[in-house]
Amino acid sequence: MGIIAGLTTLTLARWQFGVTTVFHFLFVPLTIGLGFLVACLQTAAYRTNDEHYDRMARFFGKLFLINFAIGVVTGIVQEFQFGMDWSSYSVFVGNIFGAPLAIEGLLAFFMESTFLGIWIFGRGRVSKRVHLASIWLASLGTMLSAVFILAANSWMQHPVGFKIDKATGQAVMTDFWAVITNSTFFGAYFHVLFAALLTGAVFMLAIAAWHIRRDQQKETFVKVARIAIVVTLLSALGTCFMGDTQARQMDAQQPMKMAAAEALYNTTDGASFSLLTIGDLTGNALFQIRVPHLLSLIADNSWNGEVKGINQLQAADVKKFGAGNYVPILWITYWSFRLMVGLGLLMVALGGVGLWLVRKKRLEKSAWFLRFASLMLLAPFLANSFGWIFTEEGRQPWVVYGLLKTSQAVSHVSVGYVATSLIGFTAIYSFLAVIEIGLMIKVARQAPGEVSSRDDEHPLELVY
Amino acid sequence: MPHLHVLASTSPSGLQQLWFVLIAVLWLGYFFLEGFDFGVGILLPFLSRDDMDRRVMINTIGPVWDGNEVWLITAGGATFAAFPLWYATVFSGFYLALFLVLAALIFRGMAFEFRGKKDDASWRAWWDRAIFWGSALPALLWGVAFADFLHGVPIASNATWTGNFFDLVKPYALLGGLTTLSLFTLHGATFLGLKADGEVRQRARHSGLFLAPVTFVLMLGFLSWTYVTAHTTHHNGLVPPFLPILGLVVLAGVGWLMRDHLEGWAFVATALVIVIFFVTVFLNLYPRVLVSSVGPQFSLTLSQTASQPYTLKVMSWVALIFTPFVLLYQSWTYWIFRKRVRRAEPFPASSSIGS
Repeated sequence: MGIIAGLTTLTLARWQFGVTTVFHFLFVPLTIGLGFLVACLQTAAYRTNDEHYDRMARFFGKLFLINFAIGVVTGIVQEFQFGMDWSSYSVFVGNIFGAPLAIEGLLAFFMESTFLGIWIFGRGRVSKRVHLASIWLASLGTMLSAVFILAANSWMQHPVGFKIDKATGQAVMTDFWAVITNSTFFGAYFHVLFAALLTGAVFMLAIAAWHIRRDQQKETFVKVARIAIVVTLLSALGTCFMGDTQARQMDAQQPMKMAAAEALYNTTDGASFSLLTIGDLTGNALFQIRVPHLLSLIADNSWNGEVKGINQLQAADVKKFGAGNYVPILWITYWSFRLMVGLGLLMVALGGVGLWLVRKKRLEKSAWFLRFASLMLLAPFLANSFGWIFTEEGRQPWVVYGLLKTSQAVSHVSVGYVATSLIGFTAIYSFLAVIEIGLMIKVARQAPGEVSSRDDEHPLELVY
Repeated sequence: MPHLHVLASTSPSGLQQLWFVLIAVLWLGYFFLEGFDFGVGILLPFLSRDDMDRRVMINTIGPVWDGNEVWLITAGGATFAAFPLWYATVFSGFYLALFLVLAALIFRGMAFEFRGKKDDASWRAWWDRAIFWGSALPALLWGVAFADFLHGVPIASNATWTGNFFDLVKPYALLGGLTTLSLFTLHGATFLGLKADGEVRQRARHSGLFLAPVTFVLMLGFLSWTYVTAHTTHHNGLVPPFLPILGLVVLAGVGWLMRDHLEGWAFVATALVIVIFFVTVFLNLYPRVLVSSVGPQFSLTLSQTASQPYTLKVMSWVALIFTPFVLLYQSWTYWIFRKRVRRAEPFPASSSIGS
């Protein structure tokens, strides 16, 4: 480790992990969600021979592929940087954390990439049934990859099925079954899976709404919007439900994270929840809106349940782990938690109001709703990011909760190296973002052309 | 905080040997498959005369390049799981080199997906440059890295890295890099001979006639140098001499096969050379995984870097059950897309014509 101008390897490595991971995870949920929805549209087209569905499967398929490409290339960085920036962590957890990563490659990534290759290039070359199966298998691959990476992350939040090897100091696996049935994993997986479906559905709805407002292929896009609204509502409710379950688990497993979500300094019975705070979070706020008893309901599912405060938890951690600061950065946890939950509830409202309009048959006439739906395009991406920022920042100072601190996890590499790659990746990713958004807008705006059967009669020799 | 400590080396267990072999197989698979992807990318500016040629070349690897790259991800993940200390020491030690590889792979992957998304010549020209550099740089750097594994990197006690980036680009390692760069390019040429049609196929054949002897000379130089240093530093895993000699013989045959228009066999031959070359590297490493240039006592071995038997057993079962499926469906893709790629016929103006 080294220092340049007050910046340490640790600080820069943390920034690098934050930048690359948040960026990567903008694309992953859309890949999972949109992949599933495109597979559904293609199934509908296959079953009904309705050309609206076929046109939409192709249209959103194109957007799906633009997005998928970035998820793939930024994914390799994720795997490599554990070793590059966090080599002490890698040595410490490799016995346990490495296994799901390797299995993810073998089970999920091969499936995803191979069948997507068949889906892109196989149109007209394989039978329609095989072509349909290939998008489903690719979609299954994306959902499987989330299984393994979340099993790995859940172990960092709540380590189980391990012991510390005395000779090497490493955490070693004693029970693989315990690792993949970690109680934390179940909640995390379905929370993320629903959030991914929600991302795909809101994306679809926003683009459909844009076209409906412009009167482009209205009939087709209204059909899609109806599907997207139903999926938005169901997956938003699913995300909220799972998140609520996770909150009680978090209160039991990582009480400091729960306290940090509210910036609750002292243990309180029947704790209230602040919707927002103006001023500082140390108890001297200028203005707050508080909902009585809500925090106790979230954390303990009871009206007067006890929620532990930061001061008491810090004292207990010092006793347990030795001197040190065990409090995460509160303004990050406080605001990221609120923004995640707030945006999630807003998306429930989007789905609810949308469904009401669909039932009243007023969807295509409601200009304000269509505009609102288009604006909501950003909401799932922001909510996903804030969710991860909350759960990872809320675990600090630990990288593996209770076992290894982030400060102990970093590689012994020079600060110049990390600075170089941090600047490099930030520049490359910004460039990618510009290209990607430009292409997305270009493709999303084009009214999908009339479907010609030409593609199917003449196998696409040159797709790229 | 548990203090991490590297144990003294013992002789490797059967499970550790198995996982060393499996990781070697993953790297071999990666270089065999992505080797021709790299080759096609490197040859892109040299074998094309117009955009249609370039599309033909890119489409020969279009359906498969992404799946081929997963071999790398799986090799990385398997190393992380089976030999955490190997993974951690290599990835942090080769920091800048890996950053360059990652940057190259990012631009190359983007280029494949994005170059056709806009009908604009300069847009495509930029992405074509990304394909070339994004293929050439990793093809070179992987060779440098594997030569370094073998020749030694500056690690001292407790796997602590004591050198910098320039310790990794010594002449021996650079020769290793040039060897793989040239070998993968040749592999790409034989692949295009097998998969492309028309002019591109002809040009690929001609480039193979030129590349085969160049690769032969580089490979001969690199293997001789390896052979000499293997003796001087008393490595315990000497090259079984028949293997590199066999590799050179097969490599010498590539030129003849290309001359006689037997591109399919030439492709088999370059694939074989890649396999033999990397088997030689791994055999010479064993039972070490990373040679120390500071002193032989600091070299990292299988037993020092491996995960515990329990992890290796779990991973063995997973690999045993699922690998056959992966091999099956990945081979099936190559079967689906077995036809040669040719310049597209313009679509008939009227639907009554053609079919």
